[in-house]
Amino acid sequence: MNTEMLSDIADAEEGTSLWKDAWLRLRKNRLAIIGLCILLACIVLALLTPLIAPYAYDAQDLDLGATPPSAAHWLGTDIFGRDMLTQILYGGRISLAVGFIATAVALVIGITWGAIAGYAGGRVDAVMMRLVDILYALPFMIFIILLMVVFGRNLLLLFLAIGAVEWLTMARIMRGQVQSLRQQEFVEAAISLGLSPGAIIRRHLIPNALGPIIVYTTLTIPSVMLLEAFLSFLGLGVQPPQTSWGLLISYGAETMEEYPWLLIFPGLALTVTLFSLNFLGDGLRDALDVRGSKD
Amino acid sequence: MRLCAPFAGALVIAALVAGLGGCSPGESRVVQGNREGVLYLGNGTEPQSLDPHVLSSSPDARIAGAIHEPLIMYNPYDLSTEPGVAQRWEFSEDGTEITFYLNPDARFSNGDPITAEDFRWSWMRAITPEMGNLLVEVFYGIRNAQAYSKGEIDDPEAVGIRVIDPHTLRVELAFPDPFALLNFAYVYMAPVHRATIEAHGAMTDRYSPWTKPENFVGNGPFTLEDWKMQRFVKVKRNPYYWDTNNVALNAMVFRPIESATTEEKMFRSGQLHSAAMVPNNKVKGYREQPDTPMVEGPYMGSYYYLLNTDRPPLDNLSVRRALAMAVDRQTLASTVLQDTVLPSANYVALGMPDYEHPKVLEFNPTEARRLLAEAGFPNGEGWPPIALNYNTSENHRSVAVAVQQMWKQHLNVDVSLANQEWKVYLDTIDNRDYQIARMGWIGDIAPSAFLDRMVSDGPTNRSGFSNAVFDDIIFNKIRPEKDKSKIMALYTEAERILLEETPLIPIYSYKVKRLTQPSVKGLPSNQTGYINYKYVELDPDAPAWTWQTLDP
Amino acid sequence: MWRFISVRLLQAIPVLLAVITVTFFLVRVAPGGPFDSEKAVIPEVKAALEKQYRLDLPLFQQYTAYLGDLASGEFGPSFKYPGRSVNELIGAGLPVTAELGFYALLVAVLIGGLAGVIASLRPNTAQDYIPMSLAMIGICMPSFLLGPLLVLLFGIELEWLPVSGWGDIPGDKILPSITLGSGYAAYIARLSRAGMLEVLSQDYIRTARAKGLPEWQVVTKHALRGGLMPVVTFLGPAFAGLLAGSFVVETIFQIPGLGRFYVQAAFNRDYTMILGTTVFLSTLIVLFNLLSDIMAAWMNPRLRHQLGGGS
Repeated sequence: MNTEMLSDIADAEEGTSLWKDAWLRLRKNRLAIIGLCILLACIVLALLTPLIAPYAYDAQDLDLGATPPSAAHWLGTDIFGRDMLTQILYGGRISLAVGFIATAVALVIGITWGAIAGYAGGRVDAVMMRLVDILYALPFMIFIILLMVVFGRNLLLLFLAIGAVEWLTMARIMRGQVQSLRQQEFVEAAISLGLSPGAIIRRHLIPNALGPIIVYTTLTIPSVMLLEAFLSFLGLGVQPPQTSWGLLISYGAETMEEYPWLLIFPGLALTVTLFSLNFLGDGLRDALDVRGSKD
Repeated sequence: MRLCAPFAGALVIAALVAGLGGCSPGESRVVQGNREGVLYLGNGTEPQSLDPHVLSSSPDARIAGAIHEPLIMYNPYDLSTEPGVAQRWEFSEDGTEITFYLNPDARFSNGDPITAEDFRWSWMRAITPEMGNLLVEVFYGIRNAQAYSKGEIDDPEAVGIRVIDPHTLRVELAFPDPFALLNFAYVYMAPVHRATIEAHGAMTDRYSPWTKPENFVGNGPFTLEDWKMQRFVKVKRNPYYWDTNNVALNAMVFRPIESATTEEKMFRSGQLHSAAMVPNNKVKGYREQPDTPMVEGPYMGSYYYLLNTDRPPLDNLSVRRALAMAVDRQTLASTVLQDTVLPSANYVALGMPDYEHPKVLEFNPTEARRLLAEAGFPNGEGWPPIALNYNTSENHRSVAVAVQQMWKQHLNVDVSLANQEWKVYLDTIDNRDYQIARMGWIGDIAPSAFLDRMVSDGPTNRSGFSNAVFDDIIFNKIRPEKDKSKIMALYTEAERILLEETPLIPIYSYKVKRLTQPSVKGLPSNQTGYINYKYVELDPDAPAWTWQTLDP
Repeated sequence: MWRFISVRLLQAIPVLLAVITVTFFLVRVAPGGPFDSEKAVIPEVKAALEKQYRLDLPLFQQYTAYLGDLASGEFGPSFKYPGRSVNELIGAGLPVTAELGFYALLVAVLIGGLAGVIASLRPNTAQDYIPMSLAMIGICMPSFLLGPLLVLLFGIELEWLPVSGWGDIPGDKILPSITLGSGYAAYIARLSRAGMLEVLSQDYIRTARAKGLPEWQVVTKHALRGGLMPVVTFLGPAFAGLLAGSFVVETIFQIPGLGRFYVQAAFNRDYTMILGTTVFLSTLIVLFNLLSDIMAAWMNPRLRHQLGGGS
């Protein structure tokens, strides 16, 4: 695979054909394409929420109270008479934003760390990766709970906390990629040409490691969204007046016996989105022929 | 090693069935309990401690009430006093001393007699500074107890507890308080067994194993038999109890159940004789049941929003009153809270006996708008961003979301919601780093339990409220007064001043809601949730209550 | 091999020390203390309480004193439950959590293994996609959603099963076990599918088929053992994950286990209890991970050799 990839990358034209091939392979995977479409739809809905939401975000109707789905409120209303569809749309914005931004945080830290460790090698590598090993062994859920309890809850901290957990695997993948690429001739050539390490990492190593990174990113987003939902469920994540699917599920679970739609619809939204992301991630993994990027 | 796969599979399934399902259905706990005279009670959270000078939460106090007995008890029906360890008691002429005559038959659960000295030792333990007694305030009615507990004096003789003879105890009061007797009925003032405590550590050790079942010695109608963490606390009849012939039950089992939903389900499936909580969304269903097992009534607690009167715009009285008068408590109670509370514009809980509630902050959107305009915010113009803090809870959130909307609707002002985890929230309140904060207070059947706390720099007055007239009524008019009806009128006057100054916005008064099996007698609901276990009986022939599905 | 184990054990020490140190100082930074309550605590009372629990000492001195306690196996007294030690509390919670984790693992292995094996028999057909997609539900439906949904369906609508508790009512262990186990079922399904596919392509399976053995016998007698090997190595980390992840399920179903104790302790600022549970859970997780590494090494001769030679 490496030699194949090398020849691909050595030539920019053929490089695009690698991606073309991958796209062709992905297109054959029906589940992955459905996942991709649903995901794109979610993103569009999230972006357009303020325009398309049927009701104002905080519009209450106390006398109406909780009602099951109807023509006026497609997904029903909560105990304040607020439209559930509107709530889910706004919640989705936050859930997706957390998913993407926290993953980006993890991505940046992980790639930088892994690339430096892999490129530097030797003692630096040993120290850096030992640190990753140690962090791996920490019970992170326990720490996140503690962190959120200690420092109060704000979105920025949430991003940081989640990002801080998720970068470890990314760093390992990146280091592995860089290490194997570093042995290749074109990198050695670049070094002998006197390119600075930063430029080499940026121009040669990162583009080559892109496949696994894309796959892993697609699979990280759902786990980050889960984490956010989980923290919100414990009352430690997103705070009102903002809402997220995790928060809506947590409210819904409290009153599910009387108003099951308050649990079922946000749950459905989260599940469908996670399904799409996972199918897309698996599809990409097959299409880009990336192995062992997870587990 | 060469396990045949089907065999292994069968083994696994067998293990699952045995572990997950293996148990006979049989009769319910309620029916079994009725027959054996064992009462099963839902009791909130896991008890922290059963030492009357360490415990501080109501689930703990409910269990402690069965295994400790103070000087005075109440009749659970009308909350009138009746003998505990004291057979009788009398106030001195000037109302500054109470003499308790102890029952000579009163004994600890190991047979040791209870003497006046036991009370003196126990109470001195409770107010010893090193003890760190969180409820030490209940002793403040005793002369110099407050100073002693703060380490300001260290002469135990100065504290107004006098042993006259082994069965006579005299208490000198800090001031002639007609409600003083209330304190002596708290389980926190029960005697403890000195030899047992000293056998298991220092007198002031919180971390002491003396309350473990194998060590425990108490003086209640029951005594501790077993305590399994997070599972149950079991108490059994105490044969040395002076009135044991009038104790009907053989044993009681207290189950720690934190969620009202769970507790209700366990009640419905015949696992509990009584549930102390009913989930809001079930209340309506229970009301509609024929022969409903649910009792409802006023409870001496009030729910309100505390205002920080030092923070603009809340430093302006008109703003405070405008906010208070724009809360439509009736709608809130009937919609979001499903009539599980009593809407109230009063700080003193509704249902306070012999007390007249002043009407000051009733819902009046027109007046509220006028006041807001008067304060310089006509129709909410120029309103600065302010926040309402509450601690994480579904109920608090519901109330806050609804009130936020009412302020928006009636005054056109925006108030943001800030939800904080409990301890962070307490810290915020303690540092007065808030503008509006959710508060709840459970008092007693005396208005003093509510209003005395609001004096300037009072221990829980964190609003910034300080009013000379109010303080004067509490300290100089009420305290020397002995006529109860005059005292009540003065308290009404004090509450009127408080509400007019509006350092807080009353939202509602609590309601007691309790589910009780038909077999249970003598467990009435009352304003303080007081239980006198001596009164409780079980009808051995009564069936377990079952939920009737009603046709709509 | 011994060298490998001892190196890994030594590595665990700085990890645990880091956990203890970070947790110790983190909880102290948190606003609010263990004795705060809705009623303002009288300053003198607070001071007395702090003295009883050594909180009046300088922070660093508290830290060293705590390490000293730990070295002698003592987690100290609980703040929230006077009269109980943290050791006692952990002792009360651990059996419950371990039992829950065990049943959850059984559920995961049964569902996941079954789905994986069925899927592997006809790869890339409906018989592959359907069970694998079903197993995916476990990943996409987090326990805090699946739990309430199961309660809604089996507890409230059908009234077949109890909705909370642990060992109180017959059958109350079923829903929590399924809820906790389903997340891991998907991973096990993937592992067993991959493992089975590999084994089924081996010569001895072909030989067995050629001998005319019925397909189900080929699978049960020959393929399963090898095919499920990857699952076995996964059980160690999975069990560790289950232990640490059990607090959601314990919270939903009101199960008195370690996870629930931990969350409550964090909310109550029960300093010793937070530290005790964190240290205890971390140690368990580190040990289980170590165990599964050792097992993986032991079962993979190539790796074993590599490790034996030192790396």
